[in-house]
Amino acid sequence: MKRYFNNFGERVIEGIITLSGTVTSITVLLIVFFLFKEGLGVFSQTPVAEGSVIAVNKQNPVKELTAHQVKEIWDQNITNWKQLGGQDAPIKLFEVDDITDYYTDEQIGAEFEYLPQRLSELVAKEPHILAFFPDEYLPKEFAGRQIKLDNVSPGSFLGGREWYPTIQPAVQLGVLPLILGTLWVSLGAILIALPLGLATSIYLAEIANPKVRNFLKPVIELLAGIPSVVYGFFGLVVVVPLIQDVFGLPVGETALAGSIILGIMALPTIISVSEDAMRTTPRAMKEASLALGANKWQTIYRVIIPYSISGISTAAILGIGRAIGETMAVLMVTGNASVIPHTFLEPVRTIPATIAAELGEAPQGGIHFQALFALGCILFLMTLAINMTVDLVSAKKKANRS
Amino acid sequence: MSFGNTPSAHRKKRLTQNIAFFIFRLLSFSVVAILVVILGFILVRGISVISWEFLSEAPREGMTEGGIFPAIVGTLCLVVGSMLFAFPIGILSGIYINEYAKDSWFKRFVKLMTNNLAGIPSIVFGLFGMALFVHQFGFGDSILAGSLTLGLLALPVVIRTTEEALKAIDNSFRIGSLALGATKWQTTRRVVLPMAFPNIITGLILSIGRVSGETAPILFTVAAYFLPKLPSSVFDQVMALPYHLYVISTSGTNIEASRAMAYGTAFVLIVIVLLANLLANWLRRYFGKKVKMN
Repeated sequence: MKRYFNNFGERVIEGIITLSGTVTSITVLLIVFFLFKEGLGVFSQTPVAEGSVIAVNKQNPVKELTAHQVKEIWDQNITNWKQLGGQDAPIKLFEVDDITDYYTDEQIGAEFEYLPQRLSELVAKEPHILAFFPDEYLPKEFAGRQIKLDNVSPGSFLGGREWYPTIQPAVQLGVLPLILGTLWVSLGAILIALPLGLATSIYLAEIANPKVRNFLKPVIELLAGIPSVVYGFFGLVVVVPLIQDVFGLPVGETALAGSIILGIMALPTIISVSEDAMRTTPRAMKEASLALGANKWQTIYRVIIPYSISGISTAAILGIGRAIGETMAVLMVTGNASVIPHTFLEPVRTIPATIAAELGEAPQGGIHFQALFALGCILFLMTLAINMTVDLVSAKKKANRS
Repeated sequence: MSFGNTPSAHRKKRLTQNIAFFIFRLLSFSVVAILVVILGFILVRGISVISWEFLSEAPREGMTEGGIFPAIVGTLCLVVGSMLFAFPIGILSGIYINEYAKDSWFKRFVKLMTNNLAGIPSIVFGLFGMALFVHQFGFGDSILAGSLTLGLLALPVVIRTTEEALKAIDNSFRIGSLALGATKWQTTRRVVLPMAFPNIITGLILSIGRVSGETAPILFTVAAYFLPKLPSSVFDQVMALPYHLYVISTSGTNIEASRAMAYGTAFVLIVIVLLANLLANWLRRYFGKKVKMN
């Protein structure tokens, strides 16, 4: 009887343990599900700003506009219907505040109760009007024609060069500047961190005596433990003013500042991964090299580095991964201008910083909210690709060795 | 003479080595210098702000006066909450991977997923926590939602720590225990876990340090800009130290006037991390000695 009970208990415990083992897998699947559920929603939305209507006269031959065209019209870069495939006539822009130019206060009504009717009249009267007003004022029988904007397409989302997610009347959702900003800052970070990190790992693995090593290891561990917001704060009060002074810039919040801070943050990853890789060099290989008359330095760069090159590349890739996903430090020091970067001395904006800065203001379920989740998807896929590459590199290494 | 054993070639070889080693030493110590500069700068500027008032009062005058007490309490709540979630599941998960799982596709899948979870950026955890805990489960912005999000973030770290600690235990102990008639769970609980305990606990302390400094996951799940009232249930919002540092150093009515508060907050955050690291190192050494004495 007791034995039976023991057996049963063992089974229950094994069940609990197995269940716990599946939690991470379930979490990853849930993350993928929720990210993509919200994120892909952006492609079934039109880029007209929330709760707004864009309308033209019924006679107007222009039936469709893109979000980009609408913005160009509002920026006065497109001023004639001809440019949009319509008649040769100037575009008459109308926003709801302009209604007082056409009608008196009595005609509109004290509570704006006649406003929908007046809007309808106006759009019917003016042949070249392009009207933009809140949809609460859309009359039941509208004498004009509403312009439907095409849904956000994956092409325009990924390839668009402008990110203005809250602009009226049509939001601009192009993530190219954000993707490039992220890659730009991360690349700069790895350029700074790789030489420093590699030198340190070689020193730790081959040159330093155990005492120095025992001192350096906890220091590097500590570097990894400092919260990113503290790095960001340090960057804000030290690195940013320094860059501003040294380069004589109007603002110090630049891609360079982000790269420096991210470079420091990527150091611990690079150092520990590449040091581990170098330590796996078989002792026989090192001793063979030394016995042939090579000195320590020749052994390092002719034997140890070639042997551990896949580990070193893993370190570099993981460092980039860390830099790509970092949020707070970048948000605080890069200036967050959503433009395509040209030099390291300009402000840039990364994907994580965009999510962190904008999600708080985006109404749930709206196009902006979903666009930010789509950014999360892109970020997720980027880091997934990095993880896969690392797995591939280490699998190849194992295959080569055996 | 391909290895150049003539005296002049030998000297040249030595010189190259000396130069190379000098550069490596220099660069390695510049890494230390970076850490010293960052820590020194914040600790020196921050120490003058620290007072009993700073640690025990709520912020006043638009975050330019007063203290950070509600943020300290908030961070404490979040750390405890997330660890209540991450410790048991993470340790059991580590036991599963190292002790129970048979070498099958499922074990490889679990390991792969744990790896992937560790690689997901913290802001994505924030998005996910908001979608699942805040909206789907309807917890709202709350300690519960924030703790679960942070707990999920810490989970891979706890799992990996446990796994590494268990892996370091020699297999002969397991075999010996099983041969004496102990069951698998008895072996794990009485033999393997106690031996792995020092390494596990060290990893857990380090993960507490990490969690207390995370900002991105709590942005949309729990953090409040200004909330002098202390939380009364797990469904309340709280202030948190890292988020507080972020807001007072980047936004707010008067950034320059709240700089001192920012240095103080950064000081407290650094001290938490330093304490966690020191404690972990001390434990490592303490248990290391004990093992040797046995």
